[in-house]
Amino acid sequence: MIEFDGVEKRFGDHVVLSELSFAVAPGEHVCLIGPSGSGKTTILRLLMTLEKVDAGTITVGGTSLSHMDKGGTLVPADDKHVREVRKRIGMVFQQFNLFPNMTVRGNLIEAPTRVLGLSKEEATARAQELLDLVGLGDRMDSHPTQLSGGQQQRVAIARALAMRPDVLLLDEVTSALDPELVAGVLTLLRDLGASTDITFLCVTHEMGFARDFSDRVMMFDGGRVIEDAAPEKLFTAPEHERTRAFLHAVVDR
Amino acid sequence: MNVWDWNFAGQIIPALLNGLRITLVATVLGSLIAFVLGLVLAILGRGPRPVRIVVRAVVEFVRSTPLLVQVYFLFFVLPTFGVVLPALTVGVLALGLHYATYTSEVYRAGIDAVPRGQWEAATALSLPRSRVWTGVVLPQAVPRVLPALGNYVISMFKETPLLIGIGVLDIVGQVREVGGQSFRYVEAYTIAGLLFLLLSYPASLAVRRLERRRAVR
Ligand SMILES: Nc1ncnc2c1ncn2[C@@H]1O[C@H](COP(=O)(O)OP(=O)(O)O)[C@@H](O)[C@H]1O
Ligand SMILES: [Mg+2]
Repeated sequence: MIEFDGVEKRFGDHVVLSELSFAVAPGEHVCLIGPSGSGKTTILRLLMTLEKVDAGTITVGGTSLSHMDKGGTLVPADDKHVREVRKRIGMVFQQFNLFPNMTVRGNLIEAPTRVLGLSKEEATARAQELLDLVGLGDRMDSHPTQLSGGQQQRVAIARALAMRPDVLLLDEVTSALDPELVAGVLTLLRDLGASTDITFLCVTHEMGFARDFSDRVMMFDGGRVIEDAAPEKLFTAPEHERTRAFLHAVVDR
Repeated sequence: MNVWDWNFAGQIIPALLNGLRITLVATVLGSLIAFVLGLVLAILGRGPRPVRIVVRAVVEFVRSTPLLVQVYFLFFVLPTFGVVLPALTVGVLALGLHYATYTSEVYRAGIDAVPRGQWEAATALSLPRSRVWTGVVLPQAVPRVLPALGNYVISMFKETPLLIGIGVLDIVGQVREVGGQSFRYVEAYTIAGLLFLLLSYPASLAVRRLERRRAVR
């Protein structure tokens, strides 16, 4: 579903990712762990087309993010192409990023009506379903500022789901939450993981969650995957010293 | 001859009010142009590099030349290109254009204050660019800058007398007319000053209230 092939990403002279290759199968749940600054967010941002690769290719569902087929030859992707691939991908941010000028309803129906062409009624019905799913069925007319961080993040998850994405990217979605609100959001994500066939790629510092949510965990450091294994293996018998040290540091926190 | 003649003051009030009407028309229309054109400039200022450079240059040029020069320039140069417009229209265009370069900076600050995460969330939802502007960015940016825009309306209001240079009979133009006929200036200038005060003081109070309301939120 997701494929990175020899991806390089630089910010000026600073090479953040180099020769990065990995693949995620449809429906697979993959967690990215690793120290801060190792390039995890950058991977998600590249997938979300918020950044462009400097070399290599990324494909989602077989479609390249950076190139398109034009009469048999590969040419750089135009806006339209990027928008089409983008529709299959949803992202939830650390800081929620709900639109404060809209109600919860507005946030949830904006893209389905503007991008997918749903009618207001259809989009509202979908929004209601999703709000029920995330446990906020009665907050349709609230403003984001009236919600707690945990509630805002649930709405943000619902907003991403409203686009019926094939792939959902989660970037430390509980890092900005008060500790008592974290569990609720993680439970919601576990439920989603179990009840949908969405492909998940999530960056997290919640090792407990990474352990029971993912099919595979990738340990990242210095822009490279240094260990890629099933959670049972990676958390109990990590092969690399760097992984061991990292796990030690986060678990002891 | 008394310094102040109540009778005369009463006589000239209709002419002065007529002038005030012109002043207000110029201010309102000039503001509308400044609001719309300033917004366009601010949005183009975030466009591709060549566009950005051109917009920057136009804004800098207009800001670094006096409004009066721009008023005269439009009034005397446009006709050489066959564009003959009434003085008031030229005045409104000059005011609008001049102030648009200031309002564009105001909008720019408001747009810059919208967190990057808002753009990114909108992009992640595949919203088209135009909708990101109209649905997400501007509704957050514009309310924040309303007080600053209001202040420019007040400045413009006080600068409209510049238009007498091209023959617009605004309030100060009327003062000069009645003064020229009667050789009495005290009443006319005093009333004109009072009329300005009567409008701009409450207006600036209103802007200040708006500022406070926004600061509380
Ligand atoms: N827009 C940017 N401009 C410059 N450097 C950046 C930018 N975004 C990220 N970086 C740098 O890239 C590196 C990886 O960042 P990031 O992907 O956010 O790491 P992580 O999410 O693993 O903490 C960091 O060194 C960061 O400073
Ligand atoms: Mg990060």
